Amino acid sequence: MTTSTVLAAAGDVTGGEEVTFWILAPLALIGALGMVWARNAVHSALWLVLTMLCLGVFYVLQAGPFIGMVQIIVYTGAIMMLFLFVLMLVGRDASDSLIETLRGQRVAAVVLGLGFAGLVGTGLYRALDGVQAVGLDQANAEGNVQGIARLLFTKYVFAFELTSALLITAAVGAMVLAHVERRKEDRMDQVATMKARFRPGNYPGPKPGPGVFATSSSVATPARLPDGRLTDRGIPEIMPVRDMTSEETALKGTDK
Amino acid sequence: MNAVYLAAQDPTLADFGKDPWWLVLGKIVFAFAFGLLATLLGVWFERRVVGRMAVRPGPNQVGPFGLLQTLADGLKMAFKEDILPRAADKVVFFFAPTISVISAVTALSVIPFGPKVSIFGHWTPLQVTDVSVAVLVILACSSMGVYGIVLGGWASGSTYPLLGGLRSSAQMISYEVAMGLSIVAVFMTAGTMSTSGIVAKQADGTQLSIGGFDLPTPGWYAILLLPSFIIFFIAMVGETNRAPFDLPEAESELVAGFMTEYSSLKFALFMLSEYVAMVTMSAVTTTLFLGGWRAPWPITLWSGANEGWWPMLWFFGKVILLVFVFVWLRGTLPRLRYDQFMRFGWKVLLPINLVWILVLAGLRSIEDWQTRDRLLVTAIGAGVLLLATLFWPSRKKQPKPSPQEQVDSRPYGSFPLPPMDLQVPPSPRTKRVVAEREPANVVAGSESREV
Repeated sequence: MTTSTVLAAAGDVTGGEEVTFWILAPLALIGALGMVWARNAVHSALWLVLTMLCLGVFYVLQAGPFIGMVQIIVYTGAIMMLFLFVLMLVGRDASDSLIETLRGQRVAAVVLGLGFAGLVGTGLYRALDGVQAVGLDQANAEGNVQGIARLLFTKYVFAFELTSALLITAAVGAMVLAHVERRKEDRMDQVATMKARFRPGNYPGPKPGPGVFATSSSVATPARLPDGRLTDRGIPEIMPVRDMTSEETALKGTDK
Repeated sequence: MNAVYLAAQDPTLADFGKDPWWLVLGKIVFAFAFGLLATLLGVWFERRVVGRMAVRPGPNQVGPFGLLQTLADGLKMAFKEDILPRAADKVVFFFAPTISVISAVTALSVIPFGPKVSIFGHWTPLQVTDVSVAVLVILACSSMGVYGIVLGGWASGSTYPLLGGLRSSAQMISYEVAMGLSIVAVFMTAGTMSTSGIVAKQADGTQLSIGGFDLPTPGWYAILLLPSFIIFFIAMVGETNRAPFDLPEAESELVAGFMTEYSSLKFALFMLSEYVAMVTMSAVTTTLFLGGWRAPWPITLWSGANEGWWPMLWFFGKVILLVFVFVWLRGTLPRLRYDQFMRFGWKVLLPINLVWILVLAGLRSIEDWQTRDRLLVTAIGAGVLLLATLFWPSRKKQPKPSPQEQVDSRPYGSFPLPPMDLQVPPSPRTKRVVAEREPANVVAGSESREV
């Protein structure tokens, strides 16, 4: 049993726990506020990481070392990392536009948010005022991890399995919608690619570059093959076909 | 005293958190210094070993055997110009290397370096601290360490570092799953998540009695849980971004990956974190699978092998061995392509791991059955597996057409081919050169011999 477990199990808030709480609680709040206020999406995610780390330590303080570590590994380590992955793919300058589309929405959101926070805060305070926490020792009697495992695999096994089925459905659905699997017949290996390359009718060498053996450096100029014929293979297909003006065909006077 | 000494070798969780402050400080400083020293020597070790593998001497100029080469490089690095790219996100750019280093070093705090020893009259385990979820602390540290790489790549404000950071985050998420699952097997066998507890559980294996003979089976989880060990080691190489999985800093594709824009001390910090992470992960493997600080078999014949300060020697020996394997891999294997790497993680390591855990759970659940029933169930399972592998439908191989048939089956107008029995006559010029050349195997005169 860790020191903090012993402290929390004793039922009263002791010095170490209190000091840690008063250091980390402001940090967690700053992280939460920073997440809302940050203009840059990645900064926002990083503030959220700070809050989550503080929450993880709080769980450890509350005699739940396993859930604290899982909070850090799963939420901070994996889920926030996925968030960052997406944000980085989107681009670093993707900051939110601050134009209000609904008038007065920001003021209303602040008032409603503060009101909701006040309601929840007072409700919790009134409900928990004077409540003595009991049962922590029994819950952690055979160790924190073992206690959680027992509950997870006996009483809550159905709920747990249902959640995992839901998550797997979501993951499979996302894959079905987003993943494009090429058929096996369409996939060409190296041998097939080479056979196609040397098939009759296909010239196996590299295409002549535009303007090779030509009198102009324009990409629209057809290349001249070594035997003197002109070829269109080197001209990109998106090039518009047009006749040159007399001004363009006239000699520039540079080759005196 | 002696009886106490013998009884109290293995530290338990109750032994932690009782040290005076100076002892805690000393242990922390020791772990930190171990990390730094391991980096200094690790870089030298790696360059020397890779040098030997490439048949060249490696660094051998600064200090005896070139030992001080890393120190010289580090000093030089400190005096280099610290460049901050204009497009960089300044705060994150500054913090990214520190996150990496802090996470790498923190994981060392739950590594057991040895059993309980007496330090200035205090009877204390050679480990900074231990908690009931110590292995998860290590996992958390390694997953936080990737933030340094990802953020460093993003904050540089440049393309190649960003690609390195993206690769790193995807790689970490994929390989941490395989890594966590292989640790699950260790948890199931040991019944605890504390590092000192896992080392204690590997002390001695069970006595297997066959026909009246008591056979001691090995206690190391590397042997008992071989599939987990192999998968853990592979995933660990992926997690520490070492070759052949060093895709975030693949220098042939991404210049230097996430650390392209870093210079001076910030670059040194990334370098430090990489090597500390390598040593930390070797120490974790030693703890989880190789018996921790416990002496390997022939040494255990000496009764004092696992007492006092000696175990630290065995521990360091195992760690150095694993670091050597890291270097060996780097010197041997080419880097994987990114899609191969991902496919390997998700389609090979993960399914094998899941099946193995299922098998292990099955074996554990029939452990308290009668011996006859247990053997019967195991034999039936093994038999079904054997039959399945025997009668697994395999794709019929098409007979390969001979070269002449392949040539004949080509359509009209194909690329011209020389006849199969073409004899190329030697060029007359070549013949003349050969004739004029001095014979190679003539014995050189004594005056021209090299000394």
